[in-house]
Amino acid sequence: MAKYIMTCKLNFYESKKAGKIAIVTMDNGQSYNVPNTWGVEAFESLNKVLDTVESDPDVKGWLLVGKPFIFNVGADIMSVDPDMSRDDAVQIGRMGHNSFKRIMDLKIPTLAAINGAAMGGGVEVGLYHDYRTISKSPGGCDHYALPECFLGLVPGWGGTQLVTKLASPEVAIQLIITNPLNMNAMSNSKKAFEMGLADRLIEPAEFVDDSIKLLENIITGEEKIERKKVDPKMSDDLYNNTKFAVLGRVHSGAMAPYRALDLIRGAADWTLDEGFEQENQTLADMIKSRQFLSSVYSFDLTQRRAKRLPGRPPKEVKGYGINKIGVIGAGLMASQMALLFAQRFQCPVVMKDIKQEFVDKGLAYVREQLGKRAKKGRMSAADAKWMGEELITGTVTYDGFEDCDFVIEAVFEEIGIKQKVFGELEEVCKPECLFLTNTSSLDISEMAKFLKDPSRVVGFHFFNPIAVLPLVEIIKAEKTSEVVLATAFDVAKRIKKTPVLVKNAPAFLVNRILLAWMDGIFQCIDEGADFMQVDNAVADLGFPMSPFTLAGLVGPAIALHVQETLNAAWPERFPVSEGLKNLVAKGKKQLLTFTDTGIDVDPEIKQGWPQGDKSFTDQEIKDRVLMRVAQEVDLILKEGVVASPKDVDTGVIMGAGWPFFMGGITPYLDQMGYSEKACGRKFHPQGLLEKE
Amino acid sequence: MDLRDAYFVDGVRTWFGKSRPDGFYWTTRADDMVTKVMKELFRRNPTVPWDEVDDNIWGATTQVGDQGTTMGRTTVFTAGLPDKVAGVSVDRMCAGGMTCQAIGASFIMTNSADIIIAGGVEHMAHHPMGAGADPNPRIVTEKMVEPKYFNMGVTAEKLHDWMPEQGEQTVSKEESDQYALRVTNRYFESLDKGYYDKHCVNMAVFTPNGWVVANKDQQARRGATIEGMRNLKTPFKKAGKVTAGNSSGLNDGACVSLIMSGAKCKELGIKPKMRYIGGAFVGVDPTVMGWGPVPATEKVLKRTGMKFDDLDIIELNEAFAVQAVGFMKHFGMKLPEDPRLNPYGGTIAVGHPLASSGVRLSMQLAQDFEMNPKAKYGLTTMCVGLGMGGAILWENVVGKDL
Repeated sequence: MAKYIMTCKLNFYESKKAGKIAIVTMDNGQSYNVPNTWGVEAFESLNKVLDTVESDPDVKGWLLVGKPFIFNVGADIMSVDPDMSRDDAVQIGRMGHNSFKRIMDLKIPTLAAINGAAMGGGVEVGLYHDYRTISKSPGGCDHYALPECFLGLVPGWGGTQLVTKLASPEVAIQLIITNPLNMNAMSNSKKAFEMGLADRLIEPAEFVDDSIKLLENIITGEEKIERKKVDPKMSDDLYNNTKFAVLGRVHSGAMAPYRALDLIRGAADWTLDEGFEQENQTLADMIKSRQFLSSVYSFDLTQRRAKRLPGRPPKEVKGYGINKIGVIGAGLMASQMALLFAQRFQCPVVMKDIKQEFVDKGLAYVREQLGKRAKKGRMSAADAKWMGEELITGTVTYDGFEDCDFVIEAVFEEIGIKQKVFGELEEVCKPECLFLTNTSSLDISEMAKFLKDPSRVVGFHFFNPIAVLPLVEIIKAEKTSEVVLATAFDVAKRIKKTPVLVKNAPAFLVNRILLAWMDGIFQCIDEGADFMQVDNAVADLGFPMSPFTLAGLVGPAIALHVQETLNAAWPERFPVSEGLKNLVAKGKKQLLTFTDTGIDVDPEIKQGWPQGDKSFTDQEIKDRVLMRVAQEVDLILKEGVVASPKDVDTGVIMGAGWPFFMGGITPYLDQMGYSEKACGRKFHPQGLLEKE
Repeated sequence: MDLRDAYFVDGVRTWFGKSRPDGFYWTTRADDMVTKVMKELFRRNPTVPWDEVDDNIWGATTQVGDQGTTMGRTTVFTAGLPDKVAGVSVDRMCAGGMTCQAIGASFIMTNSADIIIAGGVEHMAHHPMGAGADPNPRIVTEKMVEPKYFNMGVTAEKLHDWMPEQGEQTVSKEESDQYALRVTNRYFESLDKGYYDKHCVNMAVFTPNGWVVANKDQQARRGATIEGMRNLKTPFKKAGKVTAGNSSGLNDGACVSLIMSGAKCKELGIKPKMRYIGGAFVGVDPTVMGWGPVPATEKVLKRTGMKFDDLDIIELNEAFAVQAVGFMKHFGMKLPEDPRLNPYGGTIAVGHPLASSGVRLSMQLAQDFEMNPKAKYGLTTMCVGLGMGGAILWENVVGKDL
């Protein structure tokens, strides 16, 4: 990627009432979709501008502003070299602190006019100014965030200290810890203003004019900025509660949020310079951490690589146009699909089920969801009605399927039923209509084999909940044609999902890894480890959900079904768990239950679970589970189920929510030595940031 | 006075930029400039119920891109007016804005409206004259207009030669240069006294060199001398008379005015500045389009039953000095300077963003009236490409009760 250097451009405005005002524009000369970022050259230009302004006694005020739609989105993280020395890493922090501090030390009123997106070092530079205006959302500053913890870093250019002193420890925690850990949630101008991080919230149309006017009025003394008094002291309760919340999110997997919390707490006691030096040291620790390296890897994977649609046949293979869609089934999953397709394609979607009551239930669900969206103002009531009543329709026959461009089936996971459905579809659908299957475990070539044209079948496996998890596994069956495959990728892109190309192998990619993970867990329990000890030890690694919570969410019956599929293929590696079988037989839907003392495994489940008498340390449990996962990932790659470890990681990040700071899974397996121990090789022998 | 008469209440413009990469507005949208002057108009007139505007009427010559999409309507949104306010775009080239005022006044006088926003804009950097135009080939093949006269400078050269043929007095190059110099000097004198600050609004604009404040007319050059003027090239004709010094330039700018009914002004206690007496538009030979103001002025005087001598102040848009001097000679005004014509500077200094200029004339005339309470009647008039003239007759009502 080309590197676009941002410079600070200095212009003077001779104000008739307030005198000479320095207007400093941050601009990289590119359109708004290439945002301003801080780098070495940008700091040099800022310092040059400061030299000029400091040495000009006529300058009466300073205003910093971005280019249209973008203020500044912080350091360019892809340009940070994790292999740098720790001393160099400390210097990164100092470079920002020293340059920004010069703004704070100017003897004239300074105002940051936050006209557009501000993140990281963009938010931070604003904090060194005497005053801040922010452009109202929507259309102004719609993204205001300190996302460093999301990427395994801490705000290292004053964020932890200045937000705490300016707003409060609560605000600092929200912005620096809570939001980044909440799927990197962004604030906007309104929230920033409410949090006390801007003095004025101004309409976008005349934002820069009005900011200049405010600065003029401050210089002449016509206007005074009032702020409420802030106590930067963090109570012990707040500290402990936040720590507990972080523990619940990342367990011991990530360090950054804990270190950020300590920096925020320290702000009340440290001088500014002491606080800045603490930031420098912590930032350097984080830059050198495996979590940061993994996060950069994950960021690149999901933000850049995935957008190129790796695995799609070459561009020359044009996918079919989609103007009508069929869904077989009207259950929850099918209804969610119908809803998603209708919204993204804005074309007719017809749902078929075997009984009218099932169809009615599916349609009712769709309409309820659309109604909710309309109520929240996310679509007009008219569109919701049109989509729910005109676009999405239901049937118990195949009427209306003759002109569908693709049909996706979400019927019962039973090969015979699926073969029958596809056979019936082949009778009614036009020859170029694609048949997609959402199966999570069945053999897709087998599913297609009785068709006259099996090349039209392709796997299109969503992850539950469809609205939350962005992954779609696209499974190429033996005879799937290139154009069908290309169309499947285009469909995934259109519905804003991340596709990964997977070979037609038992349980495909993500479920196979999850089941290997589960298998490691069951092994420990079978041999005698305490249920809750295992659940906690595995959760401690930083997975978004403890294994038992996940099993409850997926449903033990489905977990067992996938396990049986894998068992049929590889009985030695995937034994069917007796315990799991028993609890499914008892009709249990959850493993965990609330007891008087907290959460524990349902005693009935324990009873039906044959266990040995071996005891485990926590570390032994972790080792066992991760070795098992490493072994399976190795086989997945060797069998060519996916083309690259990057696909494995894209899969587990986007399909199972595995954390950025583990890089999905393969970076972590490499970093902790599991890959070498389990398979005698690293998944990334050239390091994580090697380009494909 | 009739309460169904239409009144000019107020006007605002941006400073006019040069239509070049180093001009203020090179990377600023025309409709953002429109939004800016509208919002400033709102601020300056807080007692006007802006939600009740009947129509937002905008003139622009090239109605594509940032001047397209029926800008009169889109700027209702960008300036924050409610959906119920209607909007329309109008094109009569240079007289676009002036035509908007005439249309708006007519709406009011026929009891179809009470509050009208009428303005003009031209971003000549984004929309060079004639860009994207596809004139009917018949105009050329059937010799309706010789193609060289699509260039306005060439028509100005012809005007020099044409006037004597028509029995009008000759206008020499020296007279044009003298006129241009004097109108420029008057401009700077007035500028320094703050005349232009009263109806111009600063606008922060993003440029390739960062944000700057557009706070002056970029066209005008201080310290011009007659010697310098004499030595300029005549780009439209060898040994010609029209130079960059005695012509207006290529500019970007937006001008807006507020036109209201007498009834509405009275109801709200708003004191308007001018009454709209009448307007006239006429066609002339397109090869001498600069002559337009003469027949337009004669027409509006005739239709309103007034005489040229009734006029106390005339704001004439001199796209070229030759037409101003020709106008002065035709109506027997004093040369080289007549205190009634463009008393505080004119287009050659201010600049001429085509469709916006007519509205600028009106806001200057209103200010002239404020400064000259004895003045009773005034005229805004201008020439138009492809051979037209426009004129509006106004009555000074500054300080008068309705």
